[in-house]
Amino acid sequence: MPAKPTTTASSTPLSVALVAAAVGVVGLLIVVPLASVFYEAFARGTKAWWEALAHDPDTRHAIWLSLTVAPVAVAINTVFGVAAAWLVARFRFPGRSLLISFFDVPFSVSPVVAGLALVLIFGRQGLLGPTLAWLDWKIIFSWPGLVLATTFVTLPLVVRELIPVMESIGPEEEMAAVSLGASGWQVFWHVTLPNIRWALLHGIVLANARAMGEFGAVYVVSGHIAGATDTMPLRVEKLFQEYRQPASMAVASVLAGLALITLVAKFVIERRLEAESRELEAARSLADSLDHNNVEGAVA
Amino acid sequence: MIAIADSSAFAAGPRQPASAAPRRRRHAAVLPGFGTSAAITSLVVLSLVVFPLAVLVLRAASLGPAGFFEAAWTPRSRAAYAVSLSASVVAAVASSLLGLLVAWVLARIEFPGRRLLDALVDVPLALPTAVAGLVYSAIYVKKGWLGQWLVPLGIQGAYSYLGIVLVLVFVSLPFAIRVVQPVIESLDRDTEEAARILGASRTQTFLRVVLPAILPAVVTGFALSLARALGEYGSVVFISGNMPFKTEIAPVLIVARLEEFAYAEATAIAVVLLGMSIALLVVVNALQQRLARNAQ
Amino acid sequence: MSIHVREITKSFGSYRALDSVSLDVPDGTLLALLGPSGSGKTTLLRIIAGLEFPDEGLIEEDGEDITERHARQREVGFVFQHYALFRHMSVFENIAFGLRVRKTPNDEVRRRVEELLHLVRLEGLGGRKPSQLSGGQRQRVALARALAIRPKILLLDEPFGALDAKVRVELRQWLRRLHDEIGMTSVFVTHDQEEAFELADRVVVMNHGKIEQNGTPDDVFDHPATPFVMDFLGNVNVYHGRVENGRAFWHGIPIDYPEYPHAQAREARVYLRPHELELSPPTAVANRLGTSLPASVLRVSRAGAITRVACQPHGSDQELHVDIPTETARHLQINLEPGAHVAITPRRARVFIPGPEYVI
Repeated sequence: MPAKPTTTASSTPLSVALVAAAVGVVGLLIVVPLASVFYEAFARGTKAWWEALAHDPDTRHAIWLSLTVAPVAVAINTVFGVAAAWLVARFRFPGRSLLISFFDVPFSVSPVVAGLALVLIFGRQGLLGPTLAWLDWKIIFSWPGLVLATTFVTLPLVVRELIPVMESIGPEEEMAAVSLGASGWQVFWHVTLPNIRWALLHGIVLANARAMGEFGAVYVVSGHIAGATDTMPLRVEKLFQEYRQPASMAVASVLAGLALITLVAKFVIERRLEAESRELEAARSLADSLDHNNVEGAVA
Repeated sequence: MIAIADSSAFAAGPRQPASAAPRRRRHAAVLPGFGTSAAITSLVVLSLVVFPLAVLVLRAASLGPAGFFEAAWTPRSRAAYAVSLSASVVAAVASSLLGLLVAWVLARIEFPGRRLLDALVDVPLALPTAVAGLVYSAIYVKKGWLGQWLVPLGIQGAYSYLGIVLVLVFVSLPFAIRVVQPVIESLDRDTEEAARILGASRTQTFLRVVLPAILPAVVTGFALSLARALGEYGSVVFISGNMPFKTEIAPVLIVARLEEFAYAEATAIAVVLLGMSIALLVVVNALQQRLARNAQ
Repeated sequence: MSIHVREITKSFGSYRALDSVSLDVPDGTLLALLGPSGSGKTTLLRIIAGLEFPDEGLIEEDGEDITERHARQREVGFVFQHYALFRHMSVFENIAFGLRVRKTPNDEVRRRVEELLHLVRLEGLGGRKPSQLSGGQRQRVALARALAIRPKILLLDEPFGALDAKVRVELRQWLRRLHDEIGMTSVFVTHDQEEAFELADRVVVMNHGKIEQNGTPDDVFDHPATPFVMDFLGNVNVYHGRVENGRAFWHGIPIDYPEYPHAQAREARVYLRPHELELSPPTAVANRLGTSLPASVLRVSRAGAITRVACQPHGSDQELHVDIPTETARHLQINLEPGAHVAITPRRARVFIPGPEYVI
């Protein structure tokens, strides 16, 4: 996140060395790999790149699958995130701290472990296996399973964005709305939502990036059936295993492109968030000085 | 004699005529939506977090202590834990140190392109791990951009332990940086100036004044990096070669067992990994709380 | 509309905010809840508004029991201490909010909001956002917003607390005029006694969750019911004395106190307001009459029209503070400087007898 420099000279030899070192680290670890994705993907020309993506039915399916699974998972998490943040930020109740720590669990659990847990419930030999077989519902090795796994790993992302914002804004505006006669939905729609919109968007953008890129949990849950349950990251791996590096790079480049778009969106939203809080601060001090000078002629 | 105004004994307050009976009641909530939000939240948390992990643990427990031990502590799994833990620790240390450098530069030094560098730090957060793994292995093999120089020098970045560490550093670097950066930004420069005026050299100032102030953040960054690295799967799968006993991490072993339908072993190893993760989560939370308190 | 509050008790965890508080607010009154922080005044206000619910007790509006009623159905106008304006809505939409949630037709909304903007002297600012307004302007928007729904009672939580002194004074006067114009029952919370006295028809002094006294500003200042009230309002010198046979004695100076006619002497506290003490040159006559106290001047300071003299009564180690108008000080035949000898005569004093077992 861009910071205000409390910084100093950039021209002393030590500073130059430090900057060079930092640039070197970031360059080597991040920029070089990122650049090479695009290079390798387009090494044989744009036409070959396009063909790798569009002419392979399994790859096409993988793209389509990613584009349907990720938004659904993100939608579920948005609803969850808003509800959970409202609950935790506005109310006090026994078990609240425990609940908050549950929100962090998907962050720390390995995605493979998460996928395995889902298999143990929904798989053929899982807890609900017989029931699901009887209902003829397929969850593991099928689209719903992918959604569940993706929802799990992205669970914290929206709610963790919203809680600090809602806590720092405080419930006063919502209380005011209630005292003026607003119903629950009116309060949420007219007062809460406008106040959290940028934080919400930030969370959604992050969740979407994570959802599209999820590998481990989806790997376990999908059965890895090409053309049926391979999302884009899984497709990258499958192509890699089949020694089809250029095709693998092509798909990877799409994902990398999406990642860059995510970063740009994130950057823009973060600027908005900061601008809003700076505006509030400036207005506050302006207001105080206005009161000093202005004799408030309107107060007759 | 001097007139006085009035006076009285200490009064507890004007006595009001008792009227309608006061009664005890339960509180209603002033803000709306408790019921709905509680329902949604608990539904999702229970069914998606609590329930699955509980089933996992119970399934492992159903093996019995002996069975569990047998499943979780095979030679191959021991090797996998070792690889996972050691590579994660090495990566976390590297991330912390490199992260400190980058955070320092971003927070303290003004240079052209600073904003760009700052934005680039977030790339590993947004980039799918599979892409990272793919590309790292492509770079460090013999014919790769970097491999072409490194392999002749004997540095095998791909299909090796080093590769695992490299890729774990990639995914954990942003965590190390973003925890330390704000702390450096909010350091009180005056104390450093005071030290310099008192005659301390730049190194001394850094070691004695700055480092103690940012150490909690660095430690927290280390813990976060470690937590992130421990669970990583997607990128490692591409670059490690997944050689049992050598470069196989625990998550890879779990998947291997699953594909053999050896559910018991997979579950047991998963529970061990889960235990490590939860323990780390507790530590990280405690550290972050301490950090937040220090900031006030 | 009148409000009756009966034996309201409210605790937050183990902290008792209100202890069996009862209060009547007659229709059309402008009433101040005055007290230090932690006295429970804001809690009481919020309970009346429905923003908190009491543990025990009941509230009636015009005889109707509204204790169980939710805030949104109470038809109260509440003005928050920090305004709580909807930051993403314009001034117009802020004021219109209560009308919009009641599905008021658009032209009616427009008419009413314009009316209110005129009332609070903010015409033409309807398009601005709260962040573009000064503190005083925001406060007036908050007021207009609360008034828009034609509430039966107006509740204000430290309405001027966050403003500069000058604006505070102006807005205070403006609010009083507004109340006189509209005549709505209003209750406001403040810790500033000057504000309470200037604005309110009645003042309710609160402390530690209880009401110490309920009366007109004059009542409360001139006839404080408890030491707390006397101490909280204005400055006061407190001395130990004793009462017997219908008289209180302060440093030997007798003070009529018919409330204690008993012969048995008792400990008492004597409260003297600095501006109710007189200074005069020390003459032997006054001292022999036993109506004044010889003292030495310790410090003199001028605070505008008042001169504050800190004195040390002879034979006591407690300082006594005397406030006299500066004009009067000039005409005294004493050179008021440290070390000068003076005689202090109390014009008025209040006596309080400690001890819960003592009842008049």
